Amino acid sequence: MPDIAHSSHMKMNAPTELVRQHLIDPEICIRCNTCEETCPRNAITHDSRNYVVKFEVCENCKACISPCPTGAIDSYRRVDKSLPYPIEEQLTWDTLPQESEPDPDQTPEIPDEVARITEIATAGQGGPALPPWSAAHPYVGLFTLARPATATISGNHRLTAEGASSAIHHIVLDFGQTAFPVLEGQSLGIIPPGLDEQGTPHHVRLYSVASPRNGERPGYNNVALTIKRVLVDHDGNPVRGVCSNYICDLKKGDKVQVLGPYGTSFLMPNHPGSSIMMICTGTGAAPMRAMTERRRRRIALKEGGQLALFFGARAPEELPYFGPLMKLPEDFIDTNLAFSRVPGEPKRYVQDVIRQRADKVISMLRDENCYIYICGLKGMEAGVNEAFADVCRDHGMDWNTVLGELKQASRYHVETY
Amino acid sequence: MSINYSERIPNNVNLASNRTLQRALEHWQPAFQDWWKEMGPENSTALEVYLRTAISVAPDGWAHYDHVRMPDYRWGIFLAPPEAGRKVNFGAHKGDPAWQEVPGEYRSTLRRIIVTQGDTEPASVEQQRHLGLTCPSLYDMRNIFQVNVEEGRHLWAMVYLLHAYFGRDGREEAEALLERRSGDSDNPRILTAFNEKTPDWLSFFMFTFITDRDGKFQLAALAESGFDPLSRTCRFMLTEEAHHLFVGESGVSRIIQRTCDAMNRHKTDDPAKLRALGVIDLPTIQKYLNFHFSVTSDLYGNEVSSNAASFYTNGLKGRYEEAKLADDHVLDTSEYPVMEVVDENIVTRQVPALTALNERLRDDWVKDVAAGVTRWNKVPEKAGVPFRFVLPHKGFNRRIGAFAEHHVSPQGQILSEAAWTHQHKQWLPVEEDHQFVHSLMGRVIEPGKFANWIAPPARGINNQPVNFEYVRFS
Repeated sequence: MPDIAHSSHMKMNAPTELVRQHLIDPEICIRCNTCEETCPRNAITHDSRNYVVKFEVCENCKACISPCPTGAIDSYRRVDKSLPYPIEEQLTWDTLPQESEPDPDQTPEIPDEVARITEIATAGQGGPALPPWSAAHPYVGLFTLARPATATISGNHRLTAEGASSAIHHIVLDFGQTAFPVLEGQSLGIIPPGLDEQGTPHHVRLYSVASPRNGERPGYNNVALTIKRVLVDHDGNPVRGVCSNYICDLKKGDKVQVLGPYGTSFLMPNHPGSSIMMICTGTGAAPMRAMTERRRRRIALKEGGQLALFFGARAPEELPYFGPLMKLPEDFIDTNLAFSRVPGEPKRYVQDVIRQRADKVISMLRDENCYIYICGLKGMEAGVNEAFADVCRDHGMDWNTVLGELKQASRYHVETY
Repeated sequence: MSINYSERIPNNVNLASNRTLQRALEHWQPAFQDWWKEMGPENSTALEVYLRTAISVAPDGWAHYDHVRMPDYRWGIFLAPPEAGRKVNFGAHKGDPAWQEVPGEYRSTLRRIIVTQGDTEPASVEQQRHLGLTCPSLYDMRNIFQVNVEEGRHLWAMVYLLHAYFGRDGREEAEALLERRSGDSDNPRILTAFNEKTPDWLSFFMFTFITDRDGKFQLAALAESGFDPLSRTCRFMLTEEAHHLFVGESGVSRIIQRTCDAMNRHKTDDPAKLRALGVIDLPTIQKYLNFHFSVTSDLYGNEVSSNAASFYTNGLKGRYEEAKLADDHVLDTSEYPVMEVVDENIVTRQVPALTALNERLRDDWVKDVAAGVTRWNKVPEKAGVPFRFVLPHKGFNRRIGAFAEHHVSPQGQILSEAAWTHQHKQWLPVEEDHQFVHSLMGRVIEPGKFANWIAPPARGINNQPVNFEYVRFS
């Protein structure tokens, strides 16, 4: 008995740090020696049976990945950092071990602050909700205030034009060998270093990921964020956002402390034939970009389903990812833009384009395989609600009834701030 | 015709500033294009194929994937990066700096070695040119075309050496490489195995698994050469050769998988029943293995060879992984066992190691083939099917070397002419087997669909899904 008490004590106080261990799939590998030849660190070795990777030597530089003729080299397992598979064990394998899931008994640690932010953000959908039935299982709270993950900035560039009224940055975080599994629609938390004026540590800020689950670059352990440099508050008074400015000023190679992932509801459906309606403004585009990119990478699978995007910004040059978005084929995504500050043109908001595309909107509301996502400033919610109500009324439907049904079926997801 | 060299022909041999080489290639490149049109994959010109192109020797330039039409494939010239202070690592010149130019006294020998290696590259493209028409899936079609364009690139690699280092003789040899034809009785390819037909996909997979593995060992031996440009060229080619071995190994493995699945589903090991179900019975696969193994074995030449000895002593062609071997690298005192037939018995005798280098390379290759066969055997093992594949005896069905005048069973017994005639049909594919395998060959080109006789692969190419549109028909 004392032993059991001891081990559970250990588990609570010394939570394991999960990392991605690079391995070679012995079922696919043809033992051609290319990886061993290529590895600049001599991390790969073999016997007459298997080729294996030394965990403590491999720096995850990926030089071996593209020369591998089989793809066997591109294999990873999440492991406790202190207990990786030693090469002696790898050399005996005929197949890779099963991927181990995080301990289900271990309740994820959600900081109070994160819970509070989430509550406010999801108020528009009536608080916490279930994700679509076909959403992938999200990992939550793997990294905590006491034990944050460290990521390296591998990219930081401004998305909006220099003259635009806001500076929105595209930030890429590389997690190296640390497993940070995150789904489209989930968020991660960032704590700016240092103390505030009261001498207490800064609060954590949440940011939606803008990249799909297999990385900003497919197969890489990296995550993109879309971050607006905050220089004024909601009422237009000058205020310098501590965290957004900290992040937007980071340089390539800088380290950053990350918590999370968070979010169990704003997740995309994965079943073939499922459609997604996305309504967003400004940096609310981040989760939409992630979902769209996830679908784009799977185009060849011809899984069916539609994407419709209603996207509002002041002007085209202020719309993050405007260029890449315009290149997406029409038969892949139905894109509807609304600009509110284009000189010489009437102001248009997302609710205006929703009304304009009433037929499309109605058919998607009626499609039980269509899921709706709204992300952006709190202020957009009321307008979008009214537009939905109008469109429904014109088609003999009652929006409140429809909304109830949508929520019941986990088809309506809101995150506003 | 003018060529934008760095764009059209990716290279790390400074082609843009080498006028002599440019002039030679200006002449040869159109001839190569004509050869590809005439002898490259049949009816493939309009297809857009998801191919890997090497655009530099750096790890990230190694594998650039895109849909390209094969005539537009950018055949490049790449040498592995130079190794500072590299030496001749074996033979009489051991310890000398590696040669950056061809030593005069070895000029014709080196040219012959390069031409013999180079000749196999277009030969296999010719042998395989009809197979795209009967591909079992888009995935496989893409793979055979990848193999074909890379054999084309290997031809370029050898032609580069001929052009850059062998002057006029080299240019003539480079042209002749485009003139010989696999199986042509008037102007055949140099080596016998490269004049055999590759009539179906089982043959193709066996060829890439077994015969391309001979390529791997020949290239590995040449990668040890004291002639540095040859060494560096071959080192880079080895990386591509690995893909061909993968296509073969996984191809046969997937056929075995499919057959084992059918055996379990229908609870039968009766070849006739399995054939009726449209899968290839395991004994037939064993026969193909026996054939390709024995024919390829001949490519290593005579067990005892004074040519091989002089290649080694002169520093031209080393042993497999020469630099990793712990001995004197001169071999004037050591011995090596070779088999021969004495009074109708197979005996082993020790001969000077220097004369047995062909046999040694063959043995290294046999070990590598055997390891692959062991991996194949995991498929029936996992499926609970008792069948296991075995490599035949080295003397089985040989035309060159100590066993050429004898009949040897797969188990290694010397047989009389009568016994061989009576039994060889159990061991080698006969017309009926060929016809059966041929009858299964039909084209499957719907993304994600596979012919009935082969299982889908475990994963796609370059992390793409298995049902990716690997080839587009425009």
